[in-house]
Amino acid sequence: MGRLIRVVALVSSAILGLSACGTSTSSGKIGGTVHILGTWTGTEKDSFDAVMKPFTDQTGVKISFEATRDLDAILQTKIAAGNPPDVTGAPGVGTLIKLARAGKLVALDDKLDVSQLNANYGADWINLGKIDNKLYTVYAWAALKGLVWYDPKAFQAKGYQVPKTWDELMTLQNRIKSDGGKPWCVALESKASSGWPGTDWHKEIVLSQSGSTIYDKWWQGKQKWTSPEIKQAWTTWGQILGAGDSNVYGGKQYMVSTTFGDGGQGLFTSPPKCYMFNQGSFITSFFDAYTPKPTAGTDYAVFPLPDVSSANAGAHVVAGDAFVITKDTPQARALLKYVATAEAQDIWVKRGGGKIAINKQVSLNDYPDAISKSIAQVVVDTKIARYDAGDLMPSDMQQAYWSAALKFVTDQSKLDSILADLDKTQATAYASP
Amino acid sequence: MDAMTPLTVTLPMLAVDWETLLSVNLPTLLFVVIGVPLVLVGYIVGFDVLVRRLPKRSQPSVRPWVWVAPAIFFVGLILVYPMVGTVVRSFFDRRGDAFVGLGNFARLLTDHGILIVLRNNLLWLLLYPGLVLLFGLLLAVLSDRVKFEKPVKSLIFMPMAISFVAMAIIWQFVYYYKDPSEPQTGILNAIVVNLFHGLPITWIQDSRFNNFALIFIGVWGATGFAMVILSAALKGIPAELLEAARVDGANERTIFRRIILPLMMPTIVVVGTTMVIFALKAFDVVYVMTAGNYNTDILARRMYAELYSAGNYANASALAVILLLAVVPVLIFNLRQFRAVEARR
Repeated sequence: MGRLIRVVALVSSAILGLSACGTSTSSGKIGGTVHILGTWTGTEKDSFDAVMKPFTDQTGVKISFEATRDLDAILQTKIAAGNPPDVTGAPGVGTLIKLARAGKLVALDDKLDVSQLNANYGADWINLGKIDNKLYTVYAWAALKGLVWYDPKAFQAKGYQVPKTWDELMTLQNRIKSDGGKPWCVALESKASSGWPGTDWHKEIVLSQSGSTIYDKWWQGKQKWTSPEIKQAWTTWGQILGAGDSNVYGGKQYMVSTTFGDGGQGLFTSPPKCYMFNQGSFITSFFDAYTPKPTAGTDYAVFPLPDVSSANAGAHVVAGDAFVITKDTPQARALLKYVATAEAQDIWVKRGGGKIAINKQVSLNDYPDAISKSIAQVVVDTKIARYDAGDLMPSDMQQAYWSAALKFVTDQSKLDSILADLDKTQATAYASP
Repeated sequence: MDAMTPLTVTLPMLAVDWETLLSVNLPTLLFVVIGVPLVLVGYIVGFDVLVRRLPKRSQPSVRPWVWVAPAIFFVGLILVYPMVGTVVRSFFDRRGDAFVGLGNFARLLTDHGILIVLRNNLLWLLLYPGLVLLFGLLLAVLSDRVKFEKPVKSLIFMPMAISFVAMAIIWQFVYYYKDPSEPQTGILNAIVVNLFHGLPITWIQDSRFNNFALIFIGVWGATGFAMVILSAALKGIPAELLEAARVDGANERTIFRRIILPLMMPTIVVVGTTMVIFALKAFDVVYVMTAGNYNTDILARRMYAELYSAGNYANASALAVILLLAVVPVLIFNLRQFRAVEARR
């Protein structure tokens, strides 16, 4: 029995459509309220509100939004209690796969205008939304992981060049160190999901180092954590961190105690506390909240993490928020239809925050600045794309993965016992409950 | 600014969403407000009519049962039935269909992670009630004859009104860590660095300190509660006793040790055992601050994770049973003590 979600090469087609802006699909006032469960707070919530405003204006449907950082648990509790939200916007699909198989999600094949979706979405993104050959999720936007943020002014002042290969990156690290600087800022704190930014490092390296076949087997639970490929990715990340965390500003204490959103602050101090910061495209919405607010292009720029192995050139991990209907109402259907439109995605893209549109009608010119446009371009150039492995794993496997990243940075010498523990979780996590 | 500019203040329009505000199901509301009391009154009156028809002699032995029956029914339905279900479940595998005997317990109790969980629970069990009692008693005795007793006690009681989650957020600032090269903004690290010239410590992540840091948050929250109850007990001690002791030439320390403390002992025990149960139930602080990482996990949080993230009913119910077994002796002791106090009255 194979996992039938196919996680496939994607987005390029989705982005390349440089045609005109999409038309809105207003279909009269429905009224009522749609209850949405999601994870957005702060600036992300502001963007969400901005996206939802035209929807409410057009349809008269009010948005009742509930945010939680512990979505898996809250969603499963609500469903078990017979009180599901109408729509759920989930950052990971591991739990959604489980829920779909238990019949707790509404299949969309006959609920949405699939032909319209086919016209606007690349086939790969639609397949990504399928669980056991039925369409359950609609992705509202994509985010690219494995991006290295840097301050071009700081690079210029020291004469550093953007590394194109892994070797160049290693050389740059050493040069920064010999100049008395710290190459990296790493920030892993995120409340109940602490550790995930570390797993982003690791999974990006797995994909780029060992390729998509290993990557897929791994998130499907068919590749052991103690296997050489998965272990090697940890040690490669260990080389980035350096012996005794010597490549990282503040060492392990700073890594575990700093909130992921604040991790980029060190780029913008004078002198810079660190020169590079690896985080997904969404991090710009956190940059926007810094004081003083850094400007895209002048204060920060971005390059994709170089390929670890040339055999897997152009491999990148992507993610995106998956919208599902957890309770079938006309308002819920209207909302899902809306989030797939170019109109909705255009607002999301223009608000910044590193979101990349999936709807082909959104043009590259709609991106607010050169940086987000260049990220969209990286997505276009992506040759091997895979969805975030952690988000595809069952949620206890994912949590163990997050904790493992924290344990690894706390004491890298314990890697073998950490991996053995992960294997133990893997042995039980994939059994259907 | 131009002095002539009229000062205008625009008040935001208060848009009341009456539809949502009043969207309460009226029949449900009526049922709850009128129906439930009505049914209860009907039950009591109706059964009393029946009881009166019984022979006079057996009436007193039947009537109490009629009165407690609804309570027994609801306690059975909401408490006993799920408890028995959990115990039964703990002997089955994670899908709940194969009987595995004590297999779940054997697996859990040999798991390295669970051993750390049990160690942490033991730490909570010893330190939390101990410190709460110590501080509570100290504050109750010391504030007893202070001029500003009431405001002082109100202030100390205040944390009791804060939710554990808010408490965790407040203490996150106290424990805040910044790199040694920067000024410390967390008060604790500021003290460590500036007063003791030490290196800042990651209080929440460093496994040497974090359990104590978390337990202390709980202690801070409960001390006021313990203080108020102990203070009430202190004030209940007859003044003649203390005077008599003084006349006999006892100094204050002796009075405290030989008279006040023994008389307060029943209250101390009740507060202490309540805190022991609190310690075993502890969840929020750990969940919010560390999510069980960095060797701070405790039974209740682990149980939550097993149930909601892993969907592992076998592990979750086995952990619940371990927790239950740990609480039972405390509960029995507490009940006995409570009865002893009642009997002395």
